[in-house]
Amino acid sequence: MTQFLSAADLRHAIELKAAHPDATLIAGGTDVMVGLNFGHRQESRLIDISRVAELREWSRDGDTVRLGAGVPYTRIVEELGGELPGLARAARTIGSAQIRNRATVGGNLGTASPAGDALPPLLAARASVEVASSRGTRAVPAREFFTGPGRSVLETDEIVTSVRLPVAAGPQQFAKLGPRNAMVIAVASVALTLDPEHRRVGCSAGSAAPTPVAAAEAEEFAAAELDWTGGELPAPVLARFGGLVAGATSPIDDLRGSAGYRRHAVAVLARRTLTWAWQELWRS
Amino acid sequence: MEAGESLLFLLRERVGLPGSKNACEQGECGSCTVYLDGTPVCACLVAAGQAQGCEVVTVEGLADGDELHPVQEAFVEAGAVQCGFCTPGLLVAVHDLLARCDDPDEPQIREALAGNLCRCTGYEKIFDAVRLAAGRSR
Ligand SMILES: Cc1cc2nc3c(=O)[nH]c(=O)nc-3n(C[C@H](O)[C@H](O)[C@H](O)COP(=O)(O)OP(=O)(O)OC[C@H]3O[C@@H](n4cnc5c(N)ncnc54)[C@H](O)[C@@H]3O)c2cc1C
Ligand code: FES
Ligand code: FES
Repeated sequence: MTQFLSAADLRHAIELKAAHPDATLIAGGTDVMVGLNFGHRQESRLIDISRVAELREWSRDGDTVRLGAGVPYTRIVEELGGELPGLARAARTIGSAQIRNRATVGGNLGTASPAGDALPPLLAARASVEVASSRGTRAVPAREFFTGPGRSVLETDEIVTSVRLPVAAGPQQFAKLGPRNAMVIAVASVALTLDPEHRRVGCSAGSAAPTPVAAAEAEEFAAAELDWTGGELPAPVLARFGGLVAGATSPIDDLRGSAGYRRHAVAVLARRTLTWAWQELWRS
Repeated sequence: MEAGESLLFLLRERVGLPGSKNACEQGECGSCTVYLDGTPVCACLVAAGQAQGCEVVTVEGLADGDELHPVQEAFVEAGAVQCGFCTPGLLVAVHDLLARCDDPDEPQIREALAGNLCRCTGYEKIFDAVRLAAGRSR
């Protein structure tokens, strides 16, 4: 018998998780329910956090957006395209309308799949993940959140409450490769951000390593080599950038693609997203 | 009720509303699409307890007595129903699409219905039905 506990508010959710660290949180349920329906998961307890109002809000504080962990993707697409275009673009590629109406960034972080599509935009934007438990709160850089496929630094009594992201300081792009336009697990994905004022580049790849990865060397290379006064994007810079992003990955062979194909795809997607973002920058 | 069971199981097996269909139980096919507090969701991915106190509208709730909803009529007229297994979910999804936008273009229709699989029709008749219903609702 599974016990179903419904958290009324955030404090209650934290109390329940402290009392039952073995319980499974359920937000949108789009990962949890698949496991339950197929008997892959046998939960002794579910803690429903889908009604926790504090998790379902977002707010803007100066140059930062605090995005509640339980805001469904549909709302991110509809409400945050201006502030967080990279995450909104990625959210729009997730599942179907029915999935996006329920599924959340908190659930994507909780599942910690290397193919989680909301994750590369968080790494590229240098977001931080806010976590709460009865012991207090802490903020973890998104780039340090994941420790392996399905694993993160989250302790058993902790809940992700929100993600803090800088409001976009320039163009942000996301590209995902898969056999169809909708309802696909990415074979590879790349998120990219440009901050022309501070001459900074953010770049992260998904589905190409045990966790989503930031491409730090590629970011530094592009920041130094791009002509931030408005020049062309030289082909050698673009090629080297793609190569460096691919170099940050460590893909595997699986039924969705071989390691070599994935590495190649990451390089192509990295070149493409940089090209799109650069064009967008100088169009405006 | 068992805590881990889905809203779909609750609707079909306990409440006796078999309109919403159970095909994949993993969110892939959309045949279980229902409104949950006005938002279309896959009922197979909602834990029954999560729906407590919420308003649920299934395909059974679209018609007004014996009077079919215009979206349902359009499906019949356009020949968008073959085996009919996908139809209840599609009706809810199309009902929602047209409530949000009364003149959807082709990409909008495809994006809205990407989560509803049909093995029979090849989708063209379904798109015809959407355009027919949209034209009438304007
Ligand atoms: C048909 C289908 C298509 C999909 N397509 C995509 C896709 O294209 N891209 C993609 O990335 N994913 C996809 N998914 C997977 C899933 O939708 C995402 O991972 C989604 O973000 C999960 O969010 P959720 O709120 O539904 O999570 P849930 O299922 O509620 O939870 C997932 C995990 O996270 C934990 N959790 C939830 N909230 C929190 C929190 N606040 N703090 C800590 N832990 C938490 C849960 O305990 C659980 O372990 C798809 C799923 C389905 C069924
Ligand atoms: S049965 Fe729910 S989506 Fe297929
Ligand atoms: S009519 Fe048979 S699945 Fe659509």
